[in-house]
Amino acid sequence: MTKQHANWSPYDNNGGSCVAIAGSDYCVIAADTRMSTGYNILTRDYSKISHLAEKCVMASSGFQADVKALQKVLSARHLTYQHQHNKQMSCPAMAQLLSNTLYYKRFFPYYSFNVLGGLDSEGKGCVFTYDAVGSYERVGYSSQGSGSTLIMPFLDNQLKSPSPLLLPAQDAVTPLSEAEAVDLVKTVFASATERDIYTGDKVEIVILNAGGIHREFMDLRKD
Amino acid sequence: MLDTTALESFPSLISHGINVAGEISAPPSFQLPNSNDFDGFVKETIQMVKPAKGTTTLAFIFKEGVMVAADSRASMGGYISSHSVKKIIEINPYMLGTMAGGAADCQFWHRNLGIKCRLHELANKRRISVTGASKLLANILYSYRGMGLSVGTMIAGWDETGPGLYYVDSEGGRLKGNRFSVGSGSPYAYGVLDSGYKYDMSVEEASELARRAIYHATFRDGASGGVASVYYVGPTGWKKLSGDDVGELHYHYNPVTPSTVEQEMVEAAGP
Repeated sequence: MTKQHANWSPYDNNGGSCVAIAGSDYCVIAADTRMSTGYNILTRDYSKISHLAEKCVMASSGFQADVKALQKVLSARHLTYQHQHNKQMSCPAMAQLLSNTLYYKRFFPYYSFNVLGGLDSEGKGCVFTYDAVGSYERVGYSSQGSGSTLIMPFLDNQLKSPSPLLLPAQDAVTPLSEAEAVDLVKTVFASATERDIYTGDKVEIVILNAGGIHREFMDLRKD
Repeated sequence: MLDTTALESFPSLISHGINVAGEISAPPSFQLPNSNDFDGFVKETIQMVKPAKGTTTLAFIFKEGVMVAADSRASMGGYISSHSVKKIIEINPYMLGTMAGGAADCQFWHRNLGIKCRLHELANKRRISVTGASKLLANILYSYRGMGLSVGTMIAGWDETGPGLYYVDSEGGRLKGNRFSVGSGSPYAYGVLDSGYKYDMSVEEASELARRAIYHATFRDGASGGVASVYYVGPTGWKKLSGDDVGELHYHYNPVTPSTVEQEMVEAAGP
């Protein structure tokens, strides 16, 4: 007697792309606002970005129900941390928390491809990139989601930051200015929208720097 | 039984009356899906997370200690998801672990091993041996055997008995040895490593051998590449010796000499 396979999957892919770029004193995190399922668009106005801590922002693509659950878990843990330590979590600390949170569901994963951006304790931009089960590394820039295979080569070409593994160590953050980085992000999303059906509508761009947090939107093709 | 020391207790989602004043009474456990077909579900999950198997890592013991080296490419199918993965994990100042297989699995369990080693130090007032540390990891991985973890690691360190090197994998295997290479590029690395190995090498010779072995593996194996990192573990702990981009190493080992015709033309053009 052959095993019966499930004809219902707990997962779905809502598409979308996320990008984050770290600078010397800023960090840009961006994601499109289209939420789809199969060939249908569910909404053109969905935010994939979550402000986890004062200097820490997460953008996630994949299955948005899992993303929402993940955001809630992290937000609750951050609140506990603030009560216990009387301060906000730093971005590297939140990065490890996210990694552990993802791994705790190693056998029933969050279908969530995350990019964490923020400022480290020295005020320098930092970006952490994850897989679905929590392996992470600190990088100068990253993209995740349905458009990532289109976006990453372009970012590699424009920003190719030296590997953090090189010895003698070289700085990973991009020499670009904040305005140039934001412009690059807009270009990247415009290009990804052309060739990825799941990316489009609007891009939400969040900029974190010493002055605080700033959010802007840019229209993308809606087809 | 499953090792659950890494997990926090999760309070039950169903509230038992008004007794939710931070009381955590549920035993720690990994959540499992309520599926009729756990095997099939696990198989599909593995496909979804598709751990990075493409890699080259190696380690060997020689007169002066242990040499550990690895590439830095992570591949998901045919796509290179990262070219700067840290595959040599610093468990503590005198022990290193290498990463091959699932990146998250290796990162998480190596970190857990580091915690266990520290707890051992605090409980016993002495450092844990490499034998002991590798056994801790092997036992954890054995308890998760068949559940889809993918870990192929080498634990290298220096303890009271001198240099130590163990190979530990997610099938539950644990081997003591002097020379190991793990990953899709390991056949190529073994070729270079085995032919150049001598017990009485100096640290410089050994690091050059390790670097060459990784370079040759990245040259021939599509799933390996990026930066070749070389670490040395000696009596005072580990030290990173080098991190070189393998693309640059290629031209370092195979310098480009302009052909004779070009040289003549350059001379003819003259100052």
